[in-house]
Amino acid sequence: MVLLEETKLPGVGVRHDFETKYGKRVGVITHRDGRREIYVTRADDPDACGQSITLSEEEAEVVADLLGGSTITRRLDSMTQHVEGLAMDWLAMPPSSPFAGLTLGDTDMRSRTGASIVAVMRGTQAFPAPDPQFLLQAGDTVVVVGTPEGVLAASRLLGGA
Amino acid sequence: MDLGRIFLELGAVILALAFVGRAAGRIGITPIPLYLIAGLALGTLFHLGSEAEEFVHVGAEIGAVLLLFALGLEYTSDELRSNLKTNAPIGVMDLALNFTPGVLAGFMLGFPPLAAILLGGVTYLTSSGIASKVLSDLGRLGNRETPIVLAVCVLEDIAMAVYLPVIAALLVGGTLLAIGVSLGVALLAFGAAFASALRFGPALSRVIDVTSSEALLLSVFGLVLVVAGLADVLNVSAAIGAFLVGIALSGEVAHRARLLIEPLRDLFAAIFFVFFGLQLDLTTVPGVLLPAILLALLTTATKMIVGWFGAARLGVRTRGRLRAGATLVPRGEFSILIAGLGVTAGLAPQLGPLAAVYVLLTALIGPILARFDEQLAPLVQRFERPKAAVKENVGRGRSENKGAD
Repeated sequence: MVLLEETKLPGVGVRHDFETKYGKRVGVITHRDGRREIYVTRADDPDACGQSITLSEEEAEVVADLLGGSTITRRLDSMTQHVEGLAMDWLAMPPSSPFAGLTLGDTDMRSRTGASIVAVMRGTQAFPAPDPQFLLQAGDTVVVVGTPEGVLAASRLLGGA
Repeated sequence: MDLGRIFLELGAVILALAFVGRAAGRIGITPIPLYLIAGLALGTLFHLGSEAEEFVHVGAEIGAVLLLFALGLEYTSDELRSNLKTNAPIGVMDLALNFTPGVLAGFMLGFPPLAAILLGGVTYLTSSGIASKVLSDLGRLGNRETPIVLAVCVLEDIAMAVYLPVIAALLVGGTLLAIGVSLGVALLAFGAAFASALRFGPALSRVIDVTSSEALLLSVFGLVLVVAGLADVLNVSAAIGAFLVGIALSGEVAHRARLLIEPLRDLFAAIFFVFFGLQLDLTTVPGVLLPAILLALLTTATKMIVGWFGAARLGVRTRGRLRAGATLVPRGEFSILIAGLGVTAGLAPQLGPLAAVYVLLTALIGPILARFDEQLAPLVQRFERPKAAVKENVGRGRSENKGAD
């Protein structure tokens, strides 16, 4: 379990850091203008930064993806900016999803989460407005629309959480 | 109105500043003290026409207002609140150690009491601008001692927000009763404004927010001037009015306003420093040289102590503690602003030049010291208890000695 510490830097932004297994501290400073600064401490002085890399917001997203970060929350953020209170997301169905092999009707998505499935993408094929008899498969990408909370709930449901 | 002459004079002044600013950038120091010197030189060598002089004067006042507005924009009300809660002890220590030397020096130099209190403000306020520049230039935002450095700056800025209205009321003067009344009015007005800034900030931010940049610039700049003017009428100090507008604006608007106001602030702030320099009399400088040097050395030491204990509270070790102290050493724009109040009021002829030389010294000493934490640490460790020295040799992990050594 990584213990993440959050420190506010007044006038600068927020800093998150943690102690790594290898004895150095690694952290990210989120500047107010969205720049991210990744840093690692020096070996001879654990209180000081040894190296830091500054990334723009887009670059930081790319690095986060490379490191295996989730894209859900970010997409939610960018979608909700356009329409207040409405969120949309593309949810990948993992092989472990309890709905793989079930029909859309079986998911009870709308009554359980308030979010609706408006389309399903399978490979390069898209199925817009699928009916309740549509069979879901592992590896499908499901397009969900609803409140931000509803969409998050839907992603948990599909992921089997 | 001789337009040609005014343009020539102002253009020459601003070009001189540009030149000075570039030189400062080249050697990696803050241009503020150099602007002062440029102003001093201008005042001695040339004589500006009355109209250009007038413009510089008004520009200087706008500069002071914009400096504080930009400072207010930097902070959100939550930051101010949470900092007051967690770091109050260090803030009190900072005030005691750095305000006192200025006041005492003022009395020793035979200043009137009010001028001595102003000098206390001059020695107390770390330049948050220089400090944050040092931190980002040296890539130290990730350092463990950095939060305390920034926190001290925030606490000082809060203290300044209370101090300025009080000073403004005292400067108006009059009988003891009149001073008491205006002080009361000032503090009440400030309190009310501060509370409403915190409360109605989001609403104001929404009202001000427009998509067009120029409309936003005009709204923000106009609002700042109006509130500053109101504050001045109430004798609360114009700069504090602007500071409160800055606090009230938050979120996306604050961010955009900061980008729009920055160039204006830089221009007028430079004019402010020149104006300060213009008001100084070169012949008074040799007389204040020795007190300024002594005061600079003393208050460098006191800031080092504040940084040391502040960083120690976070469990930071010797080198980080020294870095924290050194980063707090430079005084800058706000010290000049406070001294400027006394200069305009004609309180003590030595106050202006003393503050100018003092700021020049600390603004140079601080960033230089901040670079040499590695070389300083062994010197300090000799004086520490041997136990602490053993801890230094543990190459990894956090030191366990929380609190003061």
